[in-house]
Amino acid sequence: MTGPNSSPIPNRDERNASPTGMSWYEASARQRVAALLDPGTFEEVLGPEQRAMSPHLPLFALPRAFDDGIVVGRGRLDGKAVSVAAQEGRFMGGAFGEVHGAKLVGLLRAARASRPEAVLILFDTGGVRLQEANAGETAIAETMRAIADLRRDGVPVIGLIGGRAGCYGGGGLIAGTCSRLAVSEGGRISVSGPEVIETNKGAEEFDSKDRALVWRTMGGKHRRLTGGADAFCDDTVAAFRTAALDLMGRAPALDLATLEAEQARLEARLARFGDCRDATEIWSRLGIDDPAAVPGLTAQDFDGLVAGLDGMDHDAR
Amino acid sequence: MTLADILASLFPAGHAVRVTDGLVSGDGPLGASRLAVVGIADRTALGVDGACTLSRHVLDVVQSGDRTPILVVVDSDSQRMSRRDELLGLNEYLAHLAKTLLLADAAGHPTLGLIYGHSAAGAFIATALATRVLAGLPGADPSVMDLPSVARVTKLPLETLQAMARDTPVFAPGLDNMVAAGAVHAVLDPDSPLGPQVEALIGQMGADDIRDRLGLERGGRPVAHTIAARVAQDAGGG
Amino acid sequence: METMTFRHATQKPLAGTRAQAITGVVASGNLEVLLERVLPGDACTIEIATPIEGFGDVWEAVAADFVARAQPGGLRISINDGGARPDTVSLRLLQGARLMEADA
Repeated sequence: MTGPNSSPIPNRDERNASPTGMSWYEASARQRVAALLDPGTFEEVLGPEQRAMSPHLPLFALPRAFDDGIVVGRGRLDGKAVSVAAQEGRFMGGAFGEVHGAKLVGLLRAARASRPEAVLILFDTGGVRLQEANAGETAIAETMRAIADLRRDGVPVIGLIGGRAGCYGGGGLIAGTCSRLAVSEGGRISVSGPEVIETNKGAEEFDSKDRALVWRTMGGKHRRLTGGADAFCDDTVAAFRTAALDLMGRAPALDLATLEAEQARLEARLARFGDCRDATEIWSRLGIDDPAAVPGLTAQDFDGLVAGLDGMDHDAR
Repeated sequence: MTLADILASLFPAGHAVRVTDGLVSGDGPLGASRLAVVGIADRTALGVDGACTLSRHVLDVVQSGDRTPILVVVDSDSQRMSRRDELLGLNEYLAHLAKTLLLADAAGHPTLGLIYGHSAAGAFIATALATRVLAGLPGADPSVMDLPSVARVTKLPLETLQAMARDTPVFAPGLDNMVAAGAVHAVLDPDSPLGPQVEALIGQMGADDIRDRLGLERGGRPVAHTIAARVAQDAGGG
Repeated sequence: METMTFRHATQKPLAGTRAQAITGVVASGNLEVLLERVLPGDACTIEIATPIEGFGDVWEAVAADFVARAQPGGLRISINDGGARPDTVSLRLLQGARLMEADA
């Protein structure tokens, strides 16, 4: 607890919104899971009452969370059995610590045996938790291997990205390992974050305070337009639910043909856009008449724009 | 050991491994068969272009249709930090490279990483950490982030972090700590020929990802194995 | 880190049958409150872990005020604090009690 002079925090936890109309960006991990799945179907595994907390944060005099910032379990989506993991972006930036990462790895390993119709990962992460860096980094590698195993067994792994921490660092690599991705305006997918690039390479390379630059370089619309995501959603739980159901039904296999096609897709992107300095140049080359208007488009208008462009079915992932 | 030393020790009869712009590719004889080599040298940062070149090399090995093992040698910087790389979707290129290695492994090409220099963050995850078994050579210094940067982010004095790093392997950079975490399976002996050591590691490979168990046994990741196993058990029924 | 536990006698058990609830998030200026219906109906404990040291008397007052208002008999309440203000703590405790008053 702090003294009376510290700033108040916005309290949006208990907003009275219909569950599926709830803002994905504003919701907590628990609220997202509860509202995304069929009502009352979520069964959490290793829940907060188990107090599986970080053994390392106390060394840094940092507070712990009862769930280490990730909620995992099983439930149903439109009646279909799914396994779910949801990161809490407000706790330590949703970063991968030892327990956090191990919960995701365990969930993915369990799915090889239980074979749900999909595994849903609700990303909201800045990457590796530096106080537990080696554990977090290794857990990300274990997660990617577990996802590859699952996909080869025919279980789709769907990533949903729209949280306040975005999907950065190793989270971005895990996202790139998923079968399909849905992203909203608030979702950003990247490896190095804006602040990391600026700190290492200077503000001339990347001005992290230029929020419009951040959004058009790493944001959901740019990723959808260039092939980094398969669906663009409104910032509502309902939109993510619709996208998840749709994407579950058209997930690519992880095999040589898919990876050859992805290789071709990524090589073509380098050849076509490799000399572009800004996202608006890329959008212009895609055939968008008014690239400057893209950031302001509603999801509906954006979908209409995408439907009118060629080559937007980035199947290979 | 330098890359030249490593290749000379691996392939005393000669090899066809080249380094172009810091990217390694080629092969050489191993036992009665071949060993394909890909990787990063000269502490090169891994960006979209390099990752795409490496994944092409890995897919070429898989396309060959045999069961050639793949050695991934790494002395890299972190991922290349630039606006252009992120604009073009670096996360996809790095994930794709990792997926090609994971697919190769599943398709019968044993994948063995060899960290002989530096590596960090996304470059480490996309290469060495995407292999089935990762070996290190003495002197290697993998890390997630160097301590001065950790100090900046955590707002802790560098001296404090350095003191903590001595008995807390979970966050400190370096080969020993990555071995303790289970990320690096084994450390090779640079004074013995590497070929037989590599063959032995390939021969011992199991199907399961045992890194969390190694982390428990070695004390670098005290709880990951137990947590993952508990979740796997509780989430696995029906 | 500072930890403290407050034990209170309550006049009655908290209404409702929900076994467990959690509210809030551990973030700067915020906290999470875990409530479990595991104690006898005339007892309540509140366990706190906070990185901000030296506010034990404030915590004690906030906890006592909450117990007097909510009569949370039967609850074991556990708090992970991220540096929340007293009014935020009170709000979260009352939110938690309200969640527990629902039927399971």
